Amino acid sequence: MQIGMTVNGVVHGHDVEARTLLVAYLRESCALTGTKVGCDTSSCGACTVLVDGESVKSCTMLAAQADGAAITTVEGLADGPNWHAIQTAFHEQHGLQCGYCTAGMMMAAVGFLAENPDPTDREVRLGLEGNLCRCTGYQNIVASVLAAADTMRAQ
Amino acid sequence: MIPAPFQYIRADTVDGLLGALTEHGDDAKILAGGMSLIPLMKFRLAVPTVVVDAGRLSELRYVRDGGDHIAVGALTRHRDLETNELLGAECGVLRAVAAEVGDNQVRHRGTIGGSVAHGDSASDLPAVLLALDANFVIRGPGGERVVNAANFFTGYFETVIAPDEVLTEIRVPKSGPRGFSYQKFNRRAQDWAIVGSVAVRAGGTTRVGLVNMGATPLRARGVEAALAEGASATDAAGAAAEGTEPSADINATAEYRGHLARVLTRRALEAMV
Repeated sequence: MQIGMTVNGVVHGHDVEARTLLVAYLRESCALTGTKVGCDTSSCGACTVLVDGESVKSCTMLAAQADGAAITTVEGLADGPNWHAIQTAFHEQHGLQCGYCTAGMMMAAVGFLAENPDPTDREVRLGLEGNLCRCTGYQNIVASVLAAADTMRAQ
Repeated sequence: MIPAPFQYIRADTVDGLLGALTEHGDDAKILAGGMSLIPLMKFRLAVPTVVVDAGRLSELRYVRDGGDHIAVGALTRHRDLETNELLGAECGVLRAVAAEVGDNQVRHRGTIGGSVAHGDSASDLPAVLLALDANFVIRGPGGERVVNAANFFTGYFETVIAPDEVLTEIRVPKSGPRGFSYQKFNRRAQDWAIVGSVAVRAGGTTRVGLVNMGATPLRARGVEAALAEGASATDAAGAAAEGTEPSADINATAEYRGHLARVLTRRALEAMV
């Protein structure tokens, strides 16, 4: 079937099988491999992208369901050479170790901060409950999101 | 993991959806938010040959004042529920429990109707709707029928919805501000409830719903009867597992689930304000 969507501001269109998952479409048809497949069972959140501004797990959504939507992946965060505030915060606060969860973690955080721009520590933890990290123990991830929230509110 | 091949049909209207169901019968599955169906299809536990995508039927995405009840469209997403002001005023428990479903990403996609029609007794919302004495509006080729929650869930992942029918609306009786508490026990925040218990005060009586204590969501009738006779929360909660047949799995034995039901029900009764 023919589908199309805007990914990071660029219009894409492809003929795909109906069973194609959104994450496979992004990685294989659009060649945007920043989005990772972790558990592949909707638990870990590594595949999180924004669909029309809301965070979703792209391993649990058909590409056909996103037909016509505006998608943002981790590749769409930076503005040219200028990092997004969440990227700067993860860098400065050491919010990653191996980095596998990071793309999904940042996309979940960006979606969360759009809904709650001034969160408490506990609200950040609840807001990221759908994302698993097996390295950091989450402390620095939470610190990163809180730091990014401060920066984004000041912008 | 990739689902088995299927034919994808996007429904533009409820009538169009019903037409596709009539044409394809048992081979078709309705896709709402997909938070349960897509994982099942990836594991090949569900292998529909036709998927009818209802996800864009915005006519079924609403929360309205229906006079003596609150009407919730079947495709209303959990995120819509947890941020809805009308629900906050008239049915706080539904709003609060919607915020406990899965995680943010799941709540952005998952729908109340999908959760109900999936008929999983481990889901949060079905037991709440049972305790609220909700009614479900089901539309089919012959018209519309309304089924009370007590008669809706028939077995493991089974409801009274026929293959050529679709759930369109959930009606929750209004009773103004009322006390409630939902106690959910799991190991990770995003997981299904190993057991859950919801207590809702309606008028002068208290109703209790149980999550994951059998093939279907259940009312804790023994607890409700004991409370009506004036028993304390602690004494009444002792009856929470009476008449239940919970399953045993990697998370809990049936006996442990009974223990959890009693403890969580006591906590729900004590926390209810």
